[in-house]
Amino acid sequence: MTTLQSKVPQGPIKDKWTNHKNNINLVNPANKRNIDIIVIGTGLAGGSAAATLAELGYNVKAFAYQDSPRRAHSIAAQGGINASKNYMGDGDSDYRLFYDTVKGGDYRSREGNVYRLAEVSGNIIDQCVAQGVPFARDYGGLLDNRSFGGVLVSRTFYAKGQTGQQLLLGAYSAMNRQIAKGKITMYNRHEMLDVVIIDGKARGIIARNLITGEISRHSAHAVVIASGGYGNVYFLSTNAMGSNATAAWKVHKKGAYFANPCFTQIHPTCIPRSGDYQSKLTLMSESLRNDGRIWVPKNIEDAKAIQEGKLRPTEIAEENRDYYLERRYPAFGNLVPRDVASRAAKERCDAGYGVNKTGEAVYLDFASAIERYGKEQAHIQGIHNPSEEKVRELGEAIIEAKYGNLFQMYEKIVDENPYKTPMMIYPATHYTMGGIWVDYNLMTTVPGLYAIGEANFSDHGANRLGASALMQGLADGYFVLPYTIGDYLANEIRTGAIPTDTPEFDEAEKAVKERIDFFINNKGTHSVDYFHKKLGKVMWEKVGMARNVQGLEEAIKEIQEIREDFWKNVKVPGSVNEFNQELEKAGRVADFLELGELFAKDALNRNESCGGHFREDYQTDEGEALRDDENYSYVAAWEYTGKPSEAKLHKEQLEFKDIEVKTRSYK
Amino acid sequence: MNLTLKIWRQKSPKDKGQIVEYKVNDISEHMSFLEMLDVLNEDLVAKGEEPVAFDHDCREGICGMCSLHINGEAHGPDRLITTCQLHMRTFKDGDTIFIEPFRSKAFPIIKDLVVDRSALDRIQQAGGFISVNTSGNTQDANAIPIAKAAADESMDAATCIGCGACVASCKNASAMLFMSAKVSQYALLPQGRVEAADRVTNMIKQMDKEGFGNCTNTGACEVECPKGISLNNIARLNREYLKASI
Amino acid sequence: MSGYFSSSVGRKFFMALTGLFLVFFLLVHLIANLTLFFGADSFNATAEFMGTNPVIQVMQPLLALGFIAHIITGIILELKNNSSRPIKYTKNNVGANSTWMSRNMIITGLMIFAFLALHIINYFIPIKTTHVENHYELVVGLFKNPIYAGIYVLAFIFLGLHLMHGFQSSLTTTGIRQEKYQKCIKTLGTIYSLVVALGFISIAVWFHFA
Repeated sequence: MTTLQSKVPQGPIKDKWTNHKNNINLVNPANKRNIDIIVIGTGLAGGSAAATLAELGYNVKAFAYQDSPRRAHSIAAQGGINASKNYMGDGDSDYRLFYDTVKGGDYRSREGNVYRLAEVSGNIIDQCVAQGVPFARDYGGLLDNRSFGGVLVSRTFYAKGQTGQQLLLGAYSAMNRQIAKGKITMYNRHEMLDVVIIDGKARGIIARNLITGEISRHSAHAVVIASGGYGNVYFLSTNAMGSNATAAWKVHKKGAYFANPCFTQIHPTCIPRSGDYQSKLTLMSESLRNDGRIWVPKNIEDAKAIQEGKLRPTEIAEENRDYYLERRYPAFGNLVPRDVASRAAKERCDAGYGVNKTGEAVYLDFASAIERYGKEQAHIQGIHNPSEEKVRELGEAIIEAKYGNLFQMYEKIVDENPYKTPMMIYPATHYTMGGIWVDYNLMTTVPGLYAIGEANFSDHGANRLGASALMQGLADGYFVLPYTIGDYLANEIRTGAIPTDTPEFDEAEKAVKERIDFFINNKGTHSVDYFHKKLGKVMWEKVGMARNVQGLEEAIKEIQEIREDFWKNVKVPGSVNEFNQELEKAGRVADFLELGELFAKDALNRNESCGGHFREDYQTDEGEALRDDENYSYVAAWEYTGKPSEAKLHKEQLEFKDIEVKTRSYK
Repeated sequence: MNLTLKIWRQKSPKDKGQIVEYKVNDISEHMSFLEMLDVLNEDLVAKGEEPVAFDHDCREGICGMCSLHINGEAHGPDRLITTCQLHMRTFKDGDTIFIEPFRSKAFPIIKDLVVDRSALDRIQQAGGFISVNTSGNTQDANAIPIAKAAADESMDAATCIGCGACVASCKNASAMLFMSAKVSQYALLPQGRVEAADRVTNMIKQMDKEGFGNCTNTGACEVECPKGISLNNIARLNREYLKASI
Repeated sequence: MSGYFSSSVGRKFFMALTGLFLVFFLLVHLIANLTLFFGADSFNATAEFMGTNPVIQVMQPLLALGFIAHIITGIILELKNNSSRPIKYTKNNVGANSTWMSRNMIITGLMIFAFLALHIINYFIPIKTTHVENHYELVVGLFKNPIYAGIYVLAFIFLGLHLMHGFQSSLTTTGIRQEKYQKCIKTLGTIYSLVVALGFISIAVWFHFA
């Protein structure tokens, strides 16, 4: 078994990044002009990387499947972005953010990377403010913060419930500046369908123009994958419809190891599904847990009555409600990390206490927050003995100011007024902590191939804390990759322009075309979605929030069967050389059908429960995750050898020198 | 519910295109509009016909990708939502629904209901940014206090999702609401003031090149805007441009 | 500045400026016409003043230019706007998001233009080319003609509608509009439009039946 070289620099954790930057190779400005870099994806990570690399002087080619970089799914992030600014003076520091992130990730992340992330987090806020991102401010004109799950300080910067949008538009504006200068060539509505490896190095990609169907070759001295996560393997997730793992999976098949695929985040506060036709799930920001209290009925009879529509939640008396998070985790209460909150919801619903007709929902109730804020406001406005209605009115106004757009979104979807009746929520797949394995420089196991943002296996270990995805995406793109990529490119200054008329490009293009032709000519019996839904069902039921050996073994077998069926019977209408959305989906689902199997295999391999990976056979008597640090304190990096089932495991042992590894407790 | 759909079908940019009628049955009122179209498409694929192409991605009202003109209104009859947030409960059993692409000379049709909105990108590229390098070596984020009211107003403008509903709704296919949102976001912040004059001048120049119409302040854009961007921003844009020109 | 007026926003600004100029003129014209109610002497005196006062004489060609510029720019903008959507919607529910007035400025505008032509032929040219002793009689005589009075009333209905949108639109285009004034601007615009339209109409109706 090869040992993976994480290349984390030596020295005290506080100095690692500074020392590393001082010692790595740089490319001089004149040479940067002769170096091309391809960036796949234009979300927070890809967009910020493309802009920064172009600013530094590299020639950047950026690819997005959407019609504009501004539409990448980072835009949907609602709640906020963490940074250890300690503006609130509540004792925050780089170390504390580092500590919270490692602990929140259930001690399955790389210390050096996480510390660096915390270290640059403050810079992100400075940068974004300079770019004109309109973060929320207090009446003194200074930046405001709120709290997120799993931490004891307020360090989350936000722009209403649209923080991801504002940060992405910031990165997009930085990109626009470079596009206007000609330093970034933007390929909208293009999808990368393979990476080209020459002499062991990543040298380019094959892309399809989604409008014309034209297949084109693009060469570069380095390729950066910033295509996001693979949550859509579940079919239903909070990801965008187009979010896909194709770029990540293609590079995996060409030699990049795929790490910890089983670490997936199931977000506790999403709008429950309402029917079989459902195409996606909608997230309700974690920030709602700042003020919302989660509960189910205490008595099973009440739960039954609610499920049958005979009882309304407002009719259940306070003493008959079970605020199960507050009961089980008094220290963190409703603000426990996401994995804990999700499992607790599932536990209650499995026990029969769910509160909608499917039995898969719990309440998120704002009544006490409305009352609290109402009284506070009445006091501020000098209203003595305010009536109940007045308190409600004042309180609702505050809630509206804080979460108005989320409440509106909820009402539009569910057709119920969340100010009056508690919201219904249920966990849904949201983020993937696993991804392409990268070293400290964010380079994959293929030289010249990088992965950033959600696409890499990241800094979040087995569970990501709220408001940390935006932080990581921007940290990688603005402040890490632009430096570390120089270390590799310094040796490429003599390479010159890379021709695309080589056998390697020929071969890659041929394979891509053959696959596309296959889909069109197959003329099978079932649509792409049919297979995707089947895969999603298996993934959710057997590789979802709770996993066990039997289920995982079944899942692997069933996924293989679905895949076989897919390649025999998939039906893709239309033709190759046109705008063909079914054809796009077919390629993506084909890759999910392989990734899903590796996912289950990884879950089966990891005989412990940690973070988002919960194995029913490894739990404490109280139903908490039971980690096995002795045997599984490693990153599972899988090497592709021809089939997902035959993937070869490589272990990167994790060392914890600056944090004492403990059982995670939020009690 | 059962519905009759009259959908614009156009094979390619050069094709002439026409309205084609379809029937969909057993549509749940809880479905989103796009899920209803998914049902139609599943049905078409099963029958061996080509599904209707339409843009969509996040399906939660923020990416700005979906772009349908439904029953004569951008994003349909409901307010403050995108097409993906429009739910079928807005319609009645037996309704006939017209579905057309966003129409404008500046938005050429790619296929069926999919249009090319890259003109909006080019407007942003002409100046929709603050020229600061992404070095992170800028001053501390709290170095310049910004009045909450200004920050909030800037944020309200910044919520524009670039969907193009304003253009689609405007009788002149003008992009002024879109433009004004970006100009206002920066004009209201001290960071953005530095380049305010160049920004507005360059962006307007690009907007005019793209073939959008002129603003006649009908206010249709404001009504149909999924994010409720106010016409006050257009007034601010006009002020900014006048200021920049004298 | 030359770049300004060749841009879409600049042209609109020009449109708004000329419009506001005409808004002011209409008010002066209405006041002058209202003197009809005070009898022949006062109206004739006003007409005399209008015909001889040097300020008014300077303003007259300016006014003509204002009209011409407003009309020509309006037509140019309309043509451009029309071409911005070469393929129209099969179904367009415009009533849901905008007022009839705001969408049909070109129609109301052209109607006013047509009336203006008639007004020039019937009144302005006669008083400039021949020596009119009694303006009062000429005007009242015209109002006695049911066709002329009908056209007159109709024209001012169109003018009212034109102003209803034009007034507040010009304040947006010139950048005067602000959140805090908007309500006030709207009310003022409505009052102004009603006063002008009803003012002129009341004269025609009164003298037709009187």
